Order: sequence, then structure tokens, then C-alpha cells
Amino acid sequence: MSEKVYKTGQDASWKELPKAGIIYEAGNAREFKTGDWRVKKPEYYADKCIQCLFCWAYCPESAIIVEDGKVVGIDYDHCKGCGICAVECPDRASAIQMVIE
Amino acid sequence: MAKRVSLSGNEAAAFAMKQIDPDVVAAYPITPSTEIPQYFSQFVANGEVNSEFVAVESEHSAMSACIGASAAGARTMTATSSQGLALMWEMLYIAASMRLPIVMTVANRALSGPINIHNDHSDSMGARDSGWIQLYSESAQEAYDNIIQAIRIAEDPRVSLPVMVCMDGFITSHALETLEVLEDEEVKKFIGEYNPDDFLLNADHPIAMGPLDLQSYYFEHKRQEQDAMDNAKQVILEIAEEYEKLTGRKYSHFEKYALDDADIAVVVLNSTAGTAKVVVDDLRSQGIKAGLLKPRTFRPIPGKEIFDALKNVKAVAVMDKADSFGAYGPLFTDIRNIMFDNKDIKIVNYIYGLGGRDVGTKDIEMVYNDLMDIVKTGKVYEVKKYLGVREKGGEEVWQL
Repeated sequence: MSEKVYKTGQDASWKELPKAGIIYEAGNAREFKTGDWRVKKPEYYADKCIQCLFCWAYCPESAIIVEDGKVVGIDYDHCKGCGICAVECPDRASAIQMVIE
Repeated sequence: MAKRVSLSGNEAAAFAMKQIDPDVVAAYPITPSTEIPQYFSQFVANGEVNSEFVAVESEHSAMSACIGASAAGARTMTATSSQGLALMWEMLYIAASMRLPIVMTVANRALSGPINIHNDHSDSMGARDSGWIQLYSESAQEAYDNIIQAIRIAEDPRVSLPVMVCMDGFITSHALETLEVLEDEEVKKFIGEYNPDDFLLNADHPIAMGPLDLQSYYFEHKRQEQDAMDNAKQVILEIAEEYEKLTGRKYSHFEKYALDDADIAVVVLNSTAGTAKVVVDDLRSQGIKAGLLKPRTFRPIPGKEIFDALKNVKAVAVMDKADSFGAYGPLFTDIRNIMFDNKDIKIVNYIYGLGGRDVGTKDIEMVYNDLMDIVKTGKVYEVKKYLGVREKGGEEVWQL
């Protein structure tokens, strides 16, 4: 493959943008911040968390931050506020609660 | 060394595909192009090609499989007609917008309804705005030559668009014709290896293709398609020149037949141009300056070149084998638009041959006679006319 010169972003002209909207950079969805779509925000209470990792498994946005196998918080840049984590969090823990932003 | 063979249009198309030996062919049978995948699957079964033949359950799937294969990096071909092309419709736009160099032969057939299997151009004209390059072929020879050149046109990095090679269903697809074909090695050398810049199976450079493209980018990507079409005009000529060196057969955006000093001219696509040439010869022998322009490239339409080719003609009849009800035929709309700045030319539209209605030399003579009247009187009474439709019943029917 020849290394192409291209630009992306909303200031790039049709001549500069990659052909047909091809995305050359793997994993660049990370740059698209979807946090501002949110109406309700999940609050995470570390002291109640039993580390079952259900929230991490169910989150459609990979917005549950896990370090060394443990939930440590929520990525608010990408969390859309769907509330699935709060529903899946077992009742005996209730470590995630949705609050109005 | 070229050799002379006797083939039908469908056989010639399948034979060209055999020589091209694409990586993938995904196709579904439909009259009158059925024989193309039929013959080709025989080549696959006999081990005469290395292609992967994907038998699908519909034309929508055929084009979808072609898109997948082409995006993966495979040289991909298919063939269809009429309802099959109609069923592909939404996928045609996706193939073009993803800039995939798929080459498809279309044996032109009328669109239903009423259901009809015979030739007109309503199928490919319906795909006019899909972003595919469209090449039209008068004969099996031209279909064969166009298919081989189409591979190069489609794959040229300046173009990177799918190409539709059209020929008349039954009239060309099923009629035996003597034509000259290349040796397998010559075709292989002419088309070369397919090395796309971007493809999904390139593990060294993983990419995403066909992403969601909203207000901020869609318009720019559509503008790129227009740019590719603009580039195609030049690329088509370059490849035609190279092909002429190989075969001695000359191709351009269109063929001019006795046109340079013509007073009256017909513009017509595909096999009817052959009939019109007989009429032109006859009129010329009577001293009437009749000519013909047969477009080969319909998308992109070579506007400037057509303007120059027709500029000295006094009256032009554009014959459309497809109608746009409530408007004009698609070829006429383009030609009259191109000629708009030349106020000296009278241009009229004839809708002809719908659903395979036969059009003979007598019909085309009538068109040239009408043009002579227009030149003499300077008046056009009807811009859009129907050629060969029964206006009156009873005994007058056969007195054309």
C-alpha cells in the first residue's frame, strides 16, 4: 500500500479526505466523545461494589473502567447514560445509581 | 495472435470473463443474461479458471457478494438484466460509493410491468444515476472489447468505480456473430495483476470501509464520485488507445459515422446503430448528408466532445429505447442539454422499440425524413415522438 497523504476532520476539503470515507486508523471511535448525549449519569460507589463485573460485561460502550481486574470508575467521555449498568448491578450491592446530570 | 471465432453476445461476454479470470464471480440467472453465469460456471467446473463462483439466491445478494468480495480485495465480476438489475438497485449505489471496481455485463431488457423479456434500455437507464460507469456496445465484438477495457477503467486508481457494460438483450446477447478475440496471454498482460491500494484483507493495514457518513462528510464523498467520473473520461481514452495498439480496433467515447459533413444526424445506442448505418449508407448514395453518432460512454457523458461532434449538424434526432413518462427520453435529455448553447440546431426525441418492438431500416428512414422536413421548414411540431407504436388500428396498422 502506498502511504497516502490525507486529512480528516471538518476543515478537510473533498480533495483531502480519504476516498469513500475509508477509515485508515484502527480504533479511532475512541476520539468520538459521546458523553454529551447523556441525560442521566451513573454514579459509582466503590465502597458498595462487590466486583462482579456485570456492569463491565453489559456496558455497550465499554465505558466501565477496569484496572487490574477491578472496576475503578466510569468513562464519562463515552458513557451515553443508558442505565444498563445500574440495572445489572445486583440489588444486594446497588453500587451504581442513575442521577440527573 | 488474434483469432476469429463465432460467438453470441453472451458467449463473448463469458469468454472475456474466462480470459480475465477474476477472483470472484457472484451471479444469479436472469433472461437474457442467464447464459453468462451459466457458461462461466462451466469454466469454473472444468477448472479452466481460478475464480470462486458464488451461487446466490437473488441479484440483491449477487451484488452484495460482489461488494464484499471487491472490498476484500478480489477482482470481481457479474452479469444481469432487467428485474435483476432492478433488484440490485440499492446495492449498485453502495458499490459505486465504496468505489469498488466491479465489472458487470448487462444484457439490456425491458423492465416489468407489463412483464416482458425483450430488449429495451429501461433497466440500465434506471441505474443511470447510481454512480456506475456505463459503456454501451453495438455488437458482440464491442461487448467483448468493452468488458476487457472495463477492467482497466474500473481499477485505474484515478477512477476506482464500477463499470456496467451494456449490450442489447437477445438482439446481441443471443445472435451469433463472427468476432476477433485475443489470446488468453494477451488479455492477461493487458489487464495486469490487480493490486488495490485499500482492501479489507490487508492485515498489515487494517481499515474500515463504508462507515456511517452524515452531514459533515457525505457531501464531500459524493463530490469525490463526480471527480472520479471526470477522471474516467481521460482514462477511458487512454485505455482505448492502448487497446487499439493491441487489437487494431479503435474505441472512443462515441463512434461518428458519416457525421463530419452531415446536415442531419441520429444519436442512438447499441444495436440499433447498426441498423441506422445501413440507412445512412443508403441516404448518402442518394446524395443526402445523413450521419450517425453512437455513444459508447453514457456515464460519464462526454459533453464537450459531443458538442463539437454535432456542432455543424442542422437537425438531430435522439432515439431513446427507454422513456421517462411525463418528461423526455434519458439520452435526449443529455444531448439537448449539451447542445443548449448551440441555438442553430433543432433536436427532437424519438422513443422507440420498447419491450423489444422491432425497429427496422424503414422506421429509421422515417426519422431521417422527419429531420429533412425540419431542416427544410425550420420548424419542429413535436419534440417527443413515438416510433413504431400503433397510433391507428385496423388495416392501416401494417402500412408504416
